Amino acid sequence: MTPETWIAIGRITDIPRRGARCVVTPLGRLAVFRTADDQVFATEDRCPHKGGPLSQGIVHDGSVTCPLHNQVIDLSSGQVRGPDTGRVATYPVRVDPASETIELCLDAAPALAEAAE
Amino acid sequence: MPQKLVVIGNGMAPGRALEHLFEKAPGAYEVTIFNAEPRVNYNRLMLSPVLSGEKTFDEIITHDDAWYASHGVTLHKGKRVESIDRAAKTVTAADGTLAPYDKLIVATGSTPFIVPVPGHDLPGVLAYRDLDDVEKMWEAAARGGRAVVIGGGLLGLEAAAGLKAKGMDVTVLHIMPTLMERQLDPAAGFLLERSIAARGIEVICKADTKAILGEGKVEAVELKDGTVIPCTIVVMAVGIRPSTALAKAAGLEVNRGILVGDDIRSSDPDIFALGECAEHRGMVYGLVAPLYEMAETVACHLAEDASAAYKGSVTATKLKVTGIDLYSAGDFAEGEGREEIVLRDASNGVYKRLVLKDNRILGAVLYGETADGPWFFDLLKKQADISAMRDTLIFGQSYQGGAPLDPMAAVAALPDDAEICGCNGVCKGKITGAIAAKGLTTLDDVRAHTKASSSCGTCTGLVEQLMAVTLGSAYNPAAVKPMCGCTDLGHGDVRRLIVAKGLKSIPAVMQELEWKTSCGCAKCRPALNYYLLADWPGDYVDDKQSRFINERVHANIQKDGTYSVVPRMWGGMTSSAELRAIADVVDKFAIPAVKCTGGQRIDLLGVKKEDLPAVWGDLNAAGMVSGAAYAKGLRTVKTCVGTDWCRFGTQDSTGLGIRIEKFMWGSWTPAKVKMAVSGCPRNCAEATCKDVGVICVDSGYEIHFAGAAGLDIKGTEILCHARTEDEALEIIVALTQLYREQGHYLERMYKWLKRVGMESIKAAIVEDTAKRAHYFERFVHSQAFSQKDPWAERASGSVAAHEFRPMADLTLREAAE
Ligand code: SRM
Ligand SMILES: Cc1cc2nc3c(=O)[nH]c(=O)nc-3n(C[C@H](O)[C@H](O)[C@H](O)COP(=O)(O)OP(=O)(O)OC[C@H]3O[C@@H](n4cnc5c(N)ncnc54)[C@H](O)[C@@H]3O)c2cc1C
Ligand code: SF4
Ligand code: FES
Repeated sequence: MTPETWIAIGRITDIPRRGARCVVTPLGRLAVFRTADDQVFATEDRCPHKGGPLSQGIVHDGSVTCPLHNQVIDLSSGQVRGPDTGRVATYPVRVDPASETIELCLDAAPALAEAAE
Repeated sequence: MPQKLVVIGNGMAPGRALEHLFEKAPGAYEVTIFNAEPRVNYNRLMLSPVLSGEKTFDEIITHDDAWYASHGVTLHKGKRVESIDRAAKTVTAADGTLAPYDKLIVATGSTPFIVPVPGHDLPGVLAYRDLDDVEKMWEAAARGGRAVVIGGGLLGLEAAAGLKAKGMDVTVLHIMPTLMERQLDPAAGFLLERSIAARGIEVICKADTKAILGEGKVEAVELKDGTVIPCTIVVMAVGIRPSTALAKAAGLEVNRGILVGDDIRSSDPDIFALGECAEHRGMVYGLVAPLYEMAETVACHLAEDASAAYKGSVTATKLKVTGIDLYSAGDFAEGEGREEIVLRDASNGVYKRLVLKDNRILGAVLYGETADGPWFFDLLKKQADISAMRDTLIFGQSYQGGAPLDPMAAVAALPDDAEICGCNGVCKGKITGAIAAKGLTTLDDVRAHTKASSSCGTCTGLVEQLMAVTLGSAYNPAAVKPMCGCTDLGHGDVRRLIVAKGLKSIPAVMQELEWKTSCGCAKCRPALNYYLLADWPGDYVDDKQSRFINERVHANIQKDGTYSVVPRMWGGMTSSAELRAIADVVDKFAIPAVKCTGGQRIDLLGVKKEDLPAVWGDLNAAGMVSGAAYAKGLRTVKTCVGTDWCRFGTQDSTGLGIRIEKFMWGSWTPAKVKMAVSGCPRNCAEATCKDVGVICVDSGYEIHFAGAAGLDIKGTEILCHARTEDEALEIIVALTQLYREQGHYLERMYKWLKRVGMESIKAAIVEDTAKRAHYFERFVHSQAFSQKDPWAERASGSVAAHEFRPMADLTLREAAE
């Protein structure tokens, strides 16, 4: 088993609380979210409904509301909240407590992206 | 790959079928709908309350645009399908739009029958089928005079009551000896005629129309007996014919309606015929309940559940004329071996009749007191043996089992499978089950989850009683609609408590008012942010994370994630310098589209988010600021050329428009605010469909407000007349401030007016000049904090820079490695 690679993408304070920013990766654009209680999540920046940029939505609790047609997506599972259906790919992220750096792991990403299709 | 499903006709039946389909097999079909009517799906049953003004069209919409968007449905509004090519499996609309299908639903409904008497094609002869007909009736009603309604059935009587409510004199002509003879026996028909006449509507039975008279328009109706009734419109409501021409031309088997089997398929297995256009086991239905059952069967078959079968229905009718209670179900003709039980209570205007055979109910007619209708209908459908309660049967359910029960106990005693909502076939158990399982507490919740009471609404009382029985004291029928799922308080209470308790931040509001979620949702946060901003100018710090993206980045998000940029063009005036700067920006940033908007300015579309600050910087340099085309705030002030150029201009309309826009830009409001100033009553700036409009006249300025021309079309109301430009400006500003302080978030001015009433607005703005000055001052105070160009702040890089740049670019890192 190869060790996981964690890539630093910036500090947690680079993202406003209840906000998001995007990260450009070789896999496409990801959205990185920070909730009111400083949890961090990463998903692909594409709504399963019609491709809306989730990084531009309103973040509330552990979810984001898509800016185009208001579907609500749970950030930890990537699942669209009922009654709508669908799912976005999520990516592992962690915050280094000392430096407050956000690190992203893309190792499992291709598998995730496929699973979402 | 989803299959392609095409639907012809966007009426009540296919609407219901799609709801079931999306529930059963989400994503299985890519749906395209063609509708001859230029609008979304609405509850046709409720056209009569819309006609009479008891409801607005908005309130009867079943699926709004967002619903179609969220299910990925393409809806072609106003496109009539002209042909079906079954070999190529395509349909083609009148304008040439073509759509291929794997499965097709023909749901073309019915066409009103127009009696071909001489004069039937004169302007002013109307049918009663859709919103267009209602609008034509309103137009006629606005002119006044007499309406003649031909046909004394359900539709004709509802039309007559609606036209009467709109102020017309109304005569109903009915060819049979009594009204609604297909649903009522003569005795009930007579009682009905009496109460219709008591509302000032003239009823003439046995009236045989000979001709409609008039030169170029309807002027009178002539009967065969020589009577001539002068009138300005004629509404024909004599019956409907299934719309089958399209299906016939496509070679489908058609009798009275399009022939379908128990699977609702037509003679072509890939084509379903659904709704009033279909004929099943010799029956063509004209009421929704059976159509909804058919709809469910269609959805099952589309979702590959081949076991579903529709077996036909018995129907019940209620007349929806406020104040008249009438219910009829089944068959009540006299016949061999039939018995009847009749109850008359003349002093209370009550008449009830049951027709029985072999101790089972065949038909029921109830007049004046209809609460037991569903109970009788239930016994009828189940063909229950009533011999045990025969003596007391006619007194209704509450008399069964000894002492009379109170209505609540009667509802509580209903069996779980008793039908409560006839239109949607919802039984008691389903409602009480949903209330318990999903924790429903409001009527709207119950409607959303069970569909009960969401069609004709006549079972609303029963549903409310059920809620009271199930929820006990937890049910409060007077409860206001909560802002969203995070709170039980409505917008009005929240606004009031923010001021009363001096709450000055979103967390404070959520804490004090006991929000149920940790940090709100996308519905309540933008509303709270606006209320706090409007109520505490200068104190409250705008919470950017509680704003919708457009207001957060001051540009409109587009469907591909790019943005549009609309600079202000004060009063619609521009100059060569501004146009040159716009042209340069377009070239420099390779902006793909430039468009004149409907609001007299220019839209640059398809700007990349990263480019926004630089685009704004360049526009700022040429003196332009944000047009706020995204804002719940002041949008545009349209003007016409006025006295500057126009030979009819009475005042400087362009100048006043610019003055208003420069005074008011930057302010936030509950919903968007659009204004216009026209130089004379020819009204070239379309001021009479704006939130605020001014019509200049020789003697000064007519101030109009509360118009709209979007989802609803509504002409403005006149607020008052102002003599000078200064006075006009003060009134407009004060009016806007009153709206800023009272409006509910996303409630446009016309809806605010409807809620608070003209009197209270006039009292504050027109009649009390001290109050008016006060509101004016408050607006001016709040402008000190909000009249800052958001583009300039961001172009400088000092505000919200993180919005416009990715946090990291890992593709660069990869390339470097
Ligand atoms: C650009 C423009 C269409 C055009 O190409 O002409 C436009 C474009 C949009 N309109 Fe509009 N409306 C435009 C004039 C109008 C007009 C005509 C007018 O203002 O004279 C109306 C009818 C008048 C009225 O508002 O009553 C109009 C009624 C609407 C509505 C329905 C509002 C309602 O309350 O009924 C919406 C939906 C909403 O606001 O929720 C809407 C929403 C929108 C949005 C913001 C949709 C959205 O949320 O993304 C569109 C943004 C496109 C963009 O990115 O620029 N637009 N829209 C017009 C911009 C005017 C401007 O200079 O600011
Ligand atoms: C005023 C009024 C009151 C009523 N009250 C009651 C009531 O109280 N209880 C009750 O049970 N029923 C009532 N009805 C009847 C009920 O509304 C109908 O039974 C029901 O709407 C029929 O549904 P549908 O889907 O078959 O057709 P519709 O709802 O009529 O829809 C058909 C649609 O297809 C469109 N269309 C037709 N041809 C084409 C084409 N070639 N291409 C594209 N589109 C096409 C039409 O424009 C129309 O929008 C009432 C009807 C009216 C008019
Ligand atoms: S610009 Fe307005 S009318 Fe056109 S599609 Fe968008 S919202 Fe609809
Ligand atoms: S694209 Fe996200 S809700 Fe439609």
